[in-house]
Parts: sequence; structure tokens; C-alpha cells
Amino acid sequence: MAKETVLEMKNITKTFPGVKALDKVNFSLKKGEVHALLGENGAGKSTLMKVLNGIHQRDEGEIIVKGESVKFENTKEAQNAGLAIIHQELELIPYLNVAENIFLGREDRNGIFINYQKLYQKTSEVLDMLGVDIDPKAKIKDLNIGSQQMVEIAKAVSQNADILVMDEPTSSLTNQEIDILFELIERLKQQEIAIVYISHRLEEVFEICDRVTVLRDGQFVDEVETSATNEDQLIKMMVGRTIEDRFPKMNFSPTEEILKVENLTVPKEIKNASFSLKKGEILGIAGLMGSGRTELAKAIFGVFKEKSGNIYFKGKKIEINSPADAINTGIYYLSEDRKEEGLVLGLSVANNISISVLKSMLKANTFINKSAETDLAEKYIEDLKIKTPSEKQLVKNLSGGNQQKVVISKLLSTKPEIVIFDEPTRGIDVGAKREIYNLMQELINEGVAVILISSELPEVLNLSNRVIVMHEKEIMGELDAAVADQESVMKLATGRRN
Amino acid sequence: MNNENNTSKKNFLEIINKFKTGIGLLILVIVLSFLSPYFLTIPNVLNIIRQVSIIAIVSFGMTMVILTGGIDLSVGSMLAFSGAITAGMMVNSGLNVFLAILIGLAAGTALGFFNGLAVAKAKLPAFIVTLAMMTIARGFTLIYTDGRPISGFNETFRFFGAGYLGRIPIPVVIMFIFLIIIYILLKKTPLGRYIYAIGGNETATKLSGINTDKIKIAVYALNGFLASVSGIILTSRLNSAQPMSGEGYELDAIAAVVLGGTSLSGGSGTVIGTIVGALIIAVLNNGLNLLNVSSFYQLVAKGAVILLAVFLDRKSQQ
Repeated sequence: MAKETVLEMKNITKTFPGVKALDKVNFSLKKGEVHALLGENGAGKSTLMKVLNGIHQRDEGEIIVKGESVKFENTKEAQNAGLAIIHQELELIPYLNVAENIFLGREDRNGIFINYQKLYQKTSEVLDMLGVDIDPKAKIKDLNIGSQQMVEIAKAVSQNADILVMDEPTSSLTNQEIDILFELIERLKQQEIAIVYISHRLEEVFEICDRVTVLRDGQFVDEVETSATNEDQLIKMMVGRTIEDRFPKMNFSPTEEILKVENLTVPKEIKNASFSLKKGEILGIAGLMGSGRTELAKAIFGVFKEKSGNIYFKGKKIEINSPADAINTGIYYLSEDRKEEGLVLGLSVANNISISVLKSMLKANTFINKSAETDLAEKYIEDLKIKTPSEKQLVKNLSGGNQQKVVISKLLSTKPEIVIFDEPTRGIDVGAKREIYNLMQELINEGVAVILISSELPEVLNLSNRVIVMHEKEIMGELDAAVADQESVMKLATGRRN
Repeated sequence: MNNENNTSKKNFLEIINKFKTGIGLLILVIVLSFLSPYFLTIPNVLNIIRQVSIIAIVSFGMTMVILTGGIDLSVGSMLAFSGAITAGMMVNSGLNVFLAILIGLAAGTALGFFNGLAVAKAKLPAFIVTLAMMTIARGFTLIYTDGRPISGFNETFRFFGAGYLGRIPIPVVIMFIFLIIIYILLKKTPLGRYIYAIGGNETATKLSGINTDKIKIAVYALNGFLASVSGIILTSRLNSAQPMSGEGYELDAIAAVVLGGTSLSGGSGTVIGTIVGALIIAVLNNGLNLLNVSSFYQLVAKGAVILLAVFLDRKSQQ
């Protein structure tokens, strides 16, 4: 028997000043189904979900939830109709415990007091039903991100949500946590809960999704059964052209050593890290979340005050005590978190691109040379094909991929000799990823040395010539990327030396 | 066609939104000029601007501090301290006027510098640091003056508070000079850009190679300096350094900044907005005085206007 349709969005159109964000988009969802919503950044996925959830109001079209035509004015109304969104940024209160978070605002009471006995009992019931092993009394701040996400899902289920929207749920999870999440999704399906699954990782779509809807530039492209399609076909639908491979064939030309790190130690962050880096090569750093990859990069970039060990740049010992020191030396670090650490969202594209080199374009040694600043921004907007109405646009109005290009422009403007990319393609679309890979090739062609940190093993293995693997704040070993495979990397990453 | 109409309507709304504080001031002025025939006369207008000048100079510094995402509650105390030091240097130590002013300015700037150091280097919350400084600087002032006003200045010193350039009071001239300097500093120099960037995202600014600690220390020190300028003008105008002068100025300055549209979380706002905000408060006070409204009611009116303005600002951003 065919499953009942619980959600139907028809001909949804939404226009923002200057952009048609959604143009007659269709989407439908059945009971107990996991339905992937795919598309590049700016394709309209988030907007569609915001329209569904009552954050934005549609201009045209119809939404039918469980047979009833609806128009939610706010998220509260959507929630009452059984809809819940699990956001990328989790919305839990860190200093309250699991039970308090799940039933926040809906606590059972004894008079004016919270009935904690009942609260914990009900929480255990929900967690058991989902097969999640978390202590109801644990504080949220003490849980890892994967567990926090489980709590968020439990909260939605406890509110009788039967339509869940998961927005990039795996973007900050370890592989192990992802497996647990997928088991949970299977159980949710058995309970007839319908799930909209938004992700950039195509492997996941094939692993857990039943159907796929693809959007491109705010338009509905197609809806297909997962079993009747493949990765290449989906990529083609998303970008409107075929991408032969996910990764380009890189040409490395390592020459002399530019950086040498000896016994670099940062209390609680890094233990005795030693490695060297050559011009014209890409050195990959792999490791599980929390293994110290980012901290190693930040230690080289001068973020930590307390540290020991030696850093040599072109054979000369150097002291780097601040990011300013590092940038002056010729080292630039691209943060894994572009919103929190990469961009000033309230400033314009031009102001973000120029910030690191502002002092080199002054008039009368005092005033910012506006025309030089505009020229710089225009150059990079053209070179990196940043999609923005003008250089005056505020960065917060750009899509993720374009924001990333702004950060990269800022980095390039300093003409660095060593670039550390930390998760450069996280949360950005296939097309923009490819452009960033090509840019790395250009950088090493010019003799720049590149360090690439990534959670995606295929990315590290295909783009680097050497890979160092970290485990619990230590470098476990080094592999030749040409012969290494995911298995050998994972072995080191989980702490087993060969 | 329809689309074009929409765009032009939208542009119109955007312009209204941009100048809403100014428009608010204009409406206030028009209403008051009908209610009181004396309101829009040259002596009264000059009177208002002179009244506003002292608090405005303090507000300029406050604008920069708030733009970085900070706050400074100690401006009133720093103002009193520098006024007292300047007065004491002239009256008790017999120093030359300009040397005394220089020492007074240095004293206030040093206190601001200390605020900056505690906020930037020791990573203490600005609210706490400047709350402590508010008490400490007031204590210093009372210790230095022994709790008594210092007075008896020569004509040269009186000029800064009571003098005129043509018909324009000197405090107003000084205010305009600082308005222009701070405007240019914020709009045209790297320091200004970094101030906005720190308020927008301090971590990203630091990782872009900017010494954010240095910028923050500079901003708090500059704020101490501007509070000192106000303190010296006030001392000169009153012909007396009062140990308790400047009490409550921090709230008036914050009110002017917020009325002027600067975000309390930092990153956006202008010093032009601040001067308009300060003028709204001053015009309101003056108008209510002219209308013989009791000062008790004036306090209520001032608070209500601040609430209304912030409410409208929040609405227009949605």
C-alpha cells in the first residue's frame, strides 16, 4: 500500500528585493519517508524550509499539511501542526540538563515547583523510544555535538512532531556519530515520522534517503527515487553541467623547504608536533574531530600565547606570537568557521577583502584610499567569480560559497607564501568546491606551500601529496597520499601505529 | 511599471529609515516652535547647542566604545577627575593654564587607558571594569579636592567655557571640531574601520592580523581623553571644579548614542547619529522648560522618548 502524503508544497514562489529566491517549486513528503532536498548554496533549500516553517511568507503557491491547506504565520503555528526543524546551529541551553531542555516550557508541576521525578521519567521514555543512550541529568554543555543533536531530535519528537527537517545534520559529526544518527533516523522512519534531509554529502543521501528533490537557482529541477539515480546524475542536476570527477588531478611541484616545525607543544592542545613543508606542495592533515588538527594550525598562526618548540621559516628560526606576526611573515590561516572567525558579516564585501592589507593602501599615510580598496575588491570579485550585486553589498547577504570566496580573497590579498586551509569546502556546493580546488592548484603552481585540513578523507587523499594524521593532540604518522587509502589513514587516526 | 514603483517606494522608505533620527529631531523642533514663540529664537538655539556641547563630546567617545561592543560607565567620574586636576594645578599649584589643561587631559586619558588595558589584556567585562573605575575615579576626585569645589580661575581659562567666537560659544566650537575629527577617524582611517570590525566580529578581525587589543586600548583611552575635554570645559564654564560634577553623564551619553541609532552590541552606528541623539534630548529638555513642565515630568518624558526611539528602531529593522 502506498504511504500517505503528509506534506505537499505546490508552486511555491518567493521573491526578495532583487532576487526570485523560489520560482514555482514543488515538494512532497510521505509518512515514514526520508526525502533529500539537494541543491547548491543559494539554490533555495533554506528559503523553501523557511517558507514551510512560517519564517517567510510565500508570495504564491499552496502548502498542504496532512490534507489541510495551511499558511503558517510563525514557527509556533508550524510547530503546533507537527513540524520541527533541527538547525545546523543547535538551539539548546548549555547550562540546563537534557530533561530540562527537552521539556522546556512544558514541565509537569507540583504547585509552583517542577516535578523532577516525572520530568526524568518522561525524558527516559522518549530517549528509550529513540534508542538513545544519554543520561537525562547530563548538562548539555558536557555532551558532544552528536549527542546534543540527539537531544534536539528527542525534543522535537516529544512535541509530537511528525515532520522533521534536518538541515546539514552531519556537518559537524564524527563518522561514528553519523552512524548513530543514521540508526536513529531508521527508527524514526519506523515510527512513521517523515524527514526532510538537507545535506551536501551525496553518499549520505544514497545511504538513508528514499527520494531526492533537486533545486537549482530557486527552481524545481526534478524529483527522483534514490534507487533510480546515481551521484553523477544528481551532481549534473544540481549544477546543470557534468563534473567528470569530484576532484581534479593535481600536479605537485615540491621544491625547497619553507617551513619546519619542531616539537611544537601547546598545553592541553598540541603535543610535540614536528613536520616540514615544501614550496609547491599540499600537505594534508587528517584526523578525527578533536584530534588537534585545527589547534596545530592555530598554533603555527600565533593564536596561542603559551607554547614551546621551534618554528623555522626558510631556514630561519622565527617567533610568531600573534596572527599579525604570522601574516607579516607570509603565513595565512583560513578558519574552518567562516561566520565566527572568518568574516565581519555586517561589513561590505570590499571592507572584508581589504581588512588585512588596509594599512598598505593609505593616502597621506593616514586615510584609507577608497578607490584602491574598491579596485582590490573588484579584482577578486572577477578573479574568483564572487556572485554579489556590488562590492558594497554586506557579506551577510551572500551565500555560503560566495562568503568563502570573500575570505579567500582576503587571504590572497596578503600575497601569502604559506596558506593553511581549514575545512575550506565545508558547507559549500559542488561547483564552488571545484573552484577552490583549482585555486589551490594555482597557488602551488606559483610556489606557495599549502596545508589542507579536512574531515573528508577523499578530499585530503586526492588533493595532497603527503598526509600527516593526528590522534589525541599528537601526530601519529605521515603517509604518501599517492599510495595511502582511507583505511590506512583511519588506522592512524584511531591511534594504531603500523 | 509596478516594479519600478515598488523600487522607488522602497528607496524612499530606505532614505526615511536612514535619516529617521534627524526627522524625529525636525518634528520635535517644528512642534515646539508652534508651542513656544521663544523656542526658535537665536539666543535659545545657541543656548541649546551650548548645553548639548559638553554631553556631546562625552557621547562621541562613548560612540566609539559602544561600536567596539563595549561600554564605559566611568565617563562622568573621569570628567570630574580631570576637571579637578586641571583646577587644582592652576589654583593650588600655580601652574600655567595650558600646562594645567595638558595635565588634566593626561590624567583622564590615563584612567581611560587603564580601562582599556583591563578590558583588552585582562579580558574583564567592560561593564564591570568601568563600573569599578566610576567609583575609583570619583574617589580620586574627592581625595584630591578634599570634597570641596576648587574655584578662582583667570580669564584665559574662563575663555574655554564662557568665551565666544563671534556669537558662537567656545564649547560649541570645540564640539564641532571633535565631531569632525571623530567623523573622519571613523569613516576614513584604518583605526575607524577596525573599530567597526571589532564590534562586528572580534575573532575574525584578530585572525585577519589586526592587533585588536591595541585598538580597544586606544578607544578607551580616547574616550577618557574626550571625557577630560568635557570636564575642563565644564569647570571653566561653571568657574569651579565640583567634585561631584558629571554624575549621571554616562547614562545621558549612552542615551544619546542609542537614540542616534548605534547598536549596543557594536559594529554599526555613526557619530552624526549621536550628535542628533544628544540634540533630541537637549531640545526636549529645553522645550519642556519653556512650556513650564516640571523637571520631575521631564525625567519621565526623557525616558519615554528613549524607549520609543529604540522600539521604533527595532521595528524598522525587522
